[in-house]
Amino acid sequence: MSRTFQEAAIAGIGATEFSKESGRSELQLAAECAKAACDDAGIAPCDIDGMITFTLDNSDEITLARCLGVNDLAYTARIPGGGAAAVATIYQAMALVNAGLCKNVLIWRAMNERSQYRFGQNASGGSYTAGNGTGSLLWCVPFGAMTPGTWESLAAQRYMQVYGIRNEDFGRVSVVQRKYAASNPKAWFYNKPITLDDHQNAKWIVEPVLRLYDCCQESDGGQAILVTSLERARDLKQKPVHIVGACQSIPYNVEVISNYYHDADLALMPEAEGTAKRLYAQTGMKPEDMQVAMLYDAFTPQVFKQLEAFGFCKRGEARDFVADGNLELNGKLPVNTHGGLIGEAYIHGMNSIAEMVRQVRGTAVNQVAKVDYALCSSGMAGAILAKV
Amino acid sequence: MNPTAANDGDKPIRLAPIVTPDAKFFWDAADRSEFFGQKCGDCNRFRFPPRPMCPHCFSVKREEVALSGRGKIYTWIRPQHPPAYGFREPPIVAVIELEEGFRFVSNIEGIAFEQVTAGMPVEVMFADTMGKHKVPVFRPLGRGA
Repeated sequence: MSRTFQEAAIAGIGATEFSKESGRSELQLAAECAKAACDDAGIAPCDIDGMITFTLDNSDEITLARCLGVNDLAYTARIPGGGAAAVATIYQAMALVNAGLCKNVLIWRAMNERSQYRFGQNASGGSYTAGNGTGSLLWCVPFGAMTPGTWESLAAQRYMQVYGIRNEDFGRVSVVQRKYAASNPKAWFYNKPITLDDHQNAKWIVEPVLRLYDCCQESDGGQAILVTSLERARDLKQKPVHIVGACQSIPYNVEVISNYYHDADLALMPEAEGTAKRLYAQTGMKPEDMQVAMLYDAFTPQVFKQLEAFGFCKRGEARDFVADGNLELNGKLPVNTHGGLIGEAYIHGMNSIAEMVRQVRGTAVNQVAKVDYALCSSGMAGAILAKV
Repeated sequence: MNPTAANDGDKPIRLAPIVTPDAKFFWDAADRSEFFGQKCGDCNRFRFPPRPMCPHCFSVKREEVALSGRGKIYTWIRPQHPPAYGFREPPIVAVIELEEGFRFVSNIEGIAFEQVTAGMPVEVMFADTMGKHKVPVFRPLGRGA
């Protein structure tokens, strides 16, 4: 393979079922979703030559490669930053293919994050290790901020102060995503929509920011994505999904989720603003070019902040943008059409990237009428995908 | 950790901090009921979280100095579920803007959650943790014992 610039594309997606108790090892989930992505693309698993996952993933790349019979692994990497960097996997895979270093890059994330351990519970017994992009264990835990919900809320409360936001404003994100999930058979909350009253009657997780339905699920499952060159993808099983651009942005003194130490107002999300700026500059595109978006929704306030950071509405206008129904299928910008991490499952943001691929292929259960371009953001990284 | 400690009214149940080499000065000071910050030994600028190199002039000379212990409440929350480990009642957790110009996560004590307002001036005090350590927490300025 010559090292000339090659456009990159997503050729395959594959997932296990999404559940609360998979009944099998995380490695098995990883192997199953990886095989499914290869089958979807029409690529033999032995031909995978690059592998990318999260620092937080418990499956070893060599062990997974061994399951898949990978013949000659040219490249492996792990992205730090948990879900915030989910889309950085696409960015890295794109860069590898662009550089002519890999032909078939497998991205996976597989976890028993409900049955085996729980991200939503108190982080009280852990030890600090590098590679996760957060100092939350060091500087928050002794003060009772011990969960991702509390870390998120310490910043989101400022957004509420600045724009006069109430919890029910965030709740409208949850209601629309549960509506999408209700018609998605793969979603944990299939056939289970909620009303804004249901949202407001649910218990507080963190006052005054998050009630139960503002939070994503804890899920078991695996999601894999296969990235190859656009040229090669044209000859494979599925319609190629072109990766027009992808990038990451970590501005000075920004950290993952316990993100209070940068110079900007905490009502803003400097990493998302940086990602948007870089992504639009890289692709020459603008928010109005997008027909659909997947915005990382571990918690509903993050959707508000990303809508603003990516320029889908102005600062402070996300409340009205959401309340006016713009996230729905007939709205200006359908968002998280699979139900998101709140409604479908929490596979650390990777299942939202798969939904993005389905929207561009035209195979989503909640299909947006005409999709030429789609944007996916995980807060600290973003990508634009296009129909070829 | 001893789960029965939560039933013992006298014993501190708050988790002790995880101490890394680069922040040891901070937690050592807290154990002495002192609130310290880190500034560059050459260009004198504060930085947080602590780190071995100045991001402005790249000096590894550093000064660990007493801070005023005063600041203003910037954001505040009350975790309800799951109940915060190490607290008998849901704590008020806040981001405080310190006089020295950086933000710090801590607790607000001695005031009801409903009474907290943005910009409220606060001052440092110290709370005991398990393992005979202390951490800096805050109370409304001028309401100290």
